[in-house]
Amino acid sequence: MTLALPAGPSPAPRRQIFVGTALAGLAGTMMMGGMLAVWALIRQRAVDAGERFPVKFIIPEVATNVMLITIFALCLFAQWAVYSARRGDRSHTGLALGVVLVLGIAFINAQAFVYTQMEMPLAGSGYATMFYAITGTMVAIVIAGLVYTVVAAFRSLGGRDREYEVISAHAMYWYFTAAAYAALWFLVYVTK
Amino acid sequence: MTTIEHTGIEHDQRAVLFGDGKVGSFFSAVADWATSTDHKKIGRLYAGFGMLALIGVAVIGALLGLERTNANGYVLPEDSILQLFQLHRVGLVFWVAIPLTLGAAVAIVPMQVGARAIAFARLALTGFYAWLAGAVLTIVALAGNGGIGGGNAQMVDLFLAAHGLMILGIAATAGCVATTVLTSRAPGMTMRRVPFFSWSALVQALALLVALPVMFGVLIYLFVDARNAQLVFGGPLGIGNWIGLFFDTPVVYIYAIPVAGLLAEAMPVAFGRRHPMRQVVFAGLALIGVAALTGATLQNDFATTFNGDGSSVIKHLVVLAFFVALPLLGGVITLATAAMVAKPSGDAKPSIRVISPLIFGLLGTLMLVLGMIGGVLVDLSDLELAGTVFGEAATVFVTFAAALGGLGALIMWAPKLWGMQIPEKKVLPLALLGTLATVLAAGPHYVAGFTGQDGETGVYMGDGASSALNGIVLVGYALMVLTVLGVVGAIATSRGKGDQNANPWCAHTIEWSTTSPAPADNFAAMPTVKSAEPELDQTPEGSPS
Repeated sequence: MTLALPAGPSPAPRRQIFVGTALAGLAGTMMMGGMLAVWALIRQRAVDAGERFPVKFIIPEVATNVMLITIFALCLFAQWAVYSARRGDRSHTGLALGVVLVLGIAFINAQAFVYTQMEMPLAGSGYATMFYAITGTMVAIVIAGLVYTVVAAFRSLGGRDREYEVISAHAMYWYFTAAAYAALWFLVYVTK
Repeated sequence: MTTIEHTGIEHDQRAVLFGDGKVGSFFSAVADWATSTDHKKIGRLYAGFGMLALIGVAVIGALLGLERTNANGYVLPEDSILQLFQLHRVGLVFWVAIPLTLGAAVAIVPMQVGARAIAFARLALTGFYAWLAGAVLTIVALAGNGGIGGGNAQMVDLFLAAHGLMILGIAATAGCVATTVLTSRAPGMTMRRVPFFSWSALVQALALLVALPVMFGVLIYLFVDARNAQLVFGGPLGIGNWIGLFFDTPVVYIYAIPVAGLLAEAMPVAFGRRHPMRQVVFAGLALIGVAALTGATLQNDFATTFNGDGSSVIKHLVVLAFFVALPLLGGVITLATAAMVAKPSGDAKPSIRVISPLIFGLLGTLMLVLGMIGGVLVDLSDLELAGTVFGEAATVFVTFAAALGGLGALIMWAPKLWGMQIPEKKVLPLALLGTLATVLAAGPHYVAGFTGQDGETGVYMGDGASSALNGIVLVGYALMVLTVLGVVGAIATSRGKGDQNANPWCAHTIEWSTTSPAPADNFAAMPTVKSAEPELDQTPEGSPS
C-alpha cells in the first residue's frame, strides 16, 4: 500500500522585495522624469520669451555638487552593506547602513543650506514654486530612502541577517535615488 | 517575502471582541472586511466601491444628458454644471474603470498564478484606503467649488491633493499585482504559461506604474503653484491643460486592458480547446499598453491633417500611428486571435458554449475597439471633431468597456470569490443590457460630434437634432444603472445556492483546481503546472498527445 505524502510547503516567492522595490523605482523614475521634463519645457518657454531662468537668484553650486558626491558615496556604502550581508558579517552590515543614514541626513542638510542661501520666497515667482516643488520632491524621496534604511537595519540587526534580499533591494533604491538626483542636478543646478 | 499567514485565529478573536449576537456578527464581519489582508476581499472592496461609483457616475451622466436635451436654457443650476462635468469625467476613470479592473485583478490574479497571497498584502489594503479617501475628498472638493476652474482656492488645493492620494493608492495596488505575477507563480508556471487575464493585469499594472507617477509629479507642481504664485501653470483654470490627457483617449485605454484579457481567457473555455496563438495574444495585450507612453510623455496633441505638405503629414501620421493606432492594433489583434479559437481544425466542428464571461469579454472588447477607433478619428483634424462630444464619447466607450470587463471577471470567478456560480439566465441578459447601455450612452455622441456639438466647455446649448441624440444618451446611462443593479442583485440572490462545483465552467487554468470558494490561502496543496492549460490536461480530450 502506498501512502500519500502531505503536500509540501508552497515555494518561497522569488525575490518579492527586490522586484517590488524595482517597480517602486520605476514609478519614481517616471515621476522625477516627468517633473524634469516639465521643468525643461517651462525653461525653454522662458528662454524663447527672452527671460532669464532663474530670474535673479544665485544657486550655491558648491553645496549642490557636494550633494551629488554625497549621494553617490551613499550608494557605495549601501553596496558595502550588501557585500557584508552576503558574507554574514553583521557588524559591517550595521556599520554600512549607519553610514548610509548619516550621508542621507547630510544630503538633506545640504539641501536646507541651499534653501537658506538662496533666500528665495516661495510665492515670489514661478521659478521659485517650480524649484521648491522639484527639490522638495527629491528630499521626500531621500527621506523615504532613510526610512527604508532604518527598516533594513532593524531587520538585519534583529537577527534576520541571512535575508540579505532586503539589503540588496535597499541598495537598488539608492541607485535609483542617485540617478534621479544626478538628472536633477544637471538640469536644475548646472543647466539652470 | 510576506509575513502574512491566514490561520483563522483572527476570526475567532473578532468573535470574542464583538460577541456572537447579530449586531456582534455584523461588526465582526465589518472589521473582518475592513482589515483583511485576503486579496479576494481587498479586490472585492475595490470592485464593490467601483460598482457603487458606476451607479453614481451613470446618474450624473444621465443628468448631463438631460441638461443637453434642453436647447433653451438650463435644466440644472448653471453654476453646478462645470463641477458635474468634472465629477463625470473623473468618476468614469478613477472611480469606475480603474477600481473595477484593478479590483478584479487583485481578487483573481494571485489565484490564477498559484500564489497563496498577493505580494505586500498590507500595502494593497493601504492602497485601497488611500484610493477611497482620495475619491471621497475629490467629491468634497468639487462640491465645495474646487476642481478645474474652481472659485474656492482651498478646495482647488484639496482637489489636487485628493488626486495625488488616489494615484498613490492605485500605484501601490498596481505594484502589488505586478509583483505577484512576476515573483509568486506556481512551480512550473513560466511567464509563457501565465493565464491571459493575469497577463493583461500585469500589462495594466505596469502601464499604470509608467503613466500615473508622471501625473503625480505634475500634480505636485500644480499644487505648489496653486498655493503660491500661480504664474507658471495658470492657476485653477490651467489644471485641465496639464492633467486632462489622463482622462482622455488614448491614455484611458490602459484602464480597460483587462477586458481584452477576459475575452482571451473566456474564448478557449467557451470552445473547450487550447488557444492556438498564445504569444500573439500576449503581444496584442501588450500593444494596448503602449497607450501608457502617452501619459508618460504628457503627449496630448496628435492632430493630423492631410492638407499640409508631404513631410508634415508623414511626421504627424507617425506620431498618431505610434501613440494612438498601435493600441488600436492591439485591440484588433485580441479580437482576431479570439476568432482563431473558433476556427475549425481538421474535420472537427467547433462547438461553443455561450457563457456570460465570454459575452462580457467579447462585447466589452468590441466597445473598447469602438472607443479606440473614435480616438483615432478625433485626431484627424480634417474631420473637425476635436472639441466636440465625439472625444467624450470615445472615453465613455472605453471606460464602460472597462466596467463590462470588471463585471464579467467578477461573474466568471464568482465560484472562487463567493462559492457559487451565478445562474446564466440572470447574467447573460445583463451582459447584453450593459452593452446596449454603452452603445446608447456613447454612440449618439459619435453622431453629434459630426454635427459639431460642443463637448469641452461644460455648458450645453444644443439644437433640436442634438437634443434628441442627448435624450438617447440619457437612456443609455439609465440602462447602465440597471445593469449594475442587476449584477449586484444577481450576486446577492445567488449566494448560498448552487452546487459548489470547483470548476463549473470547465475552465483551463490553475485556480479552478482549488475548492469553491477558495480558502483564505487559495490552495490546500500547491499544484505544479506543466502547461498553460493545466486543468484541460486532466480531461481525456485535453490530454497532451
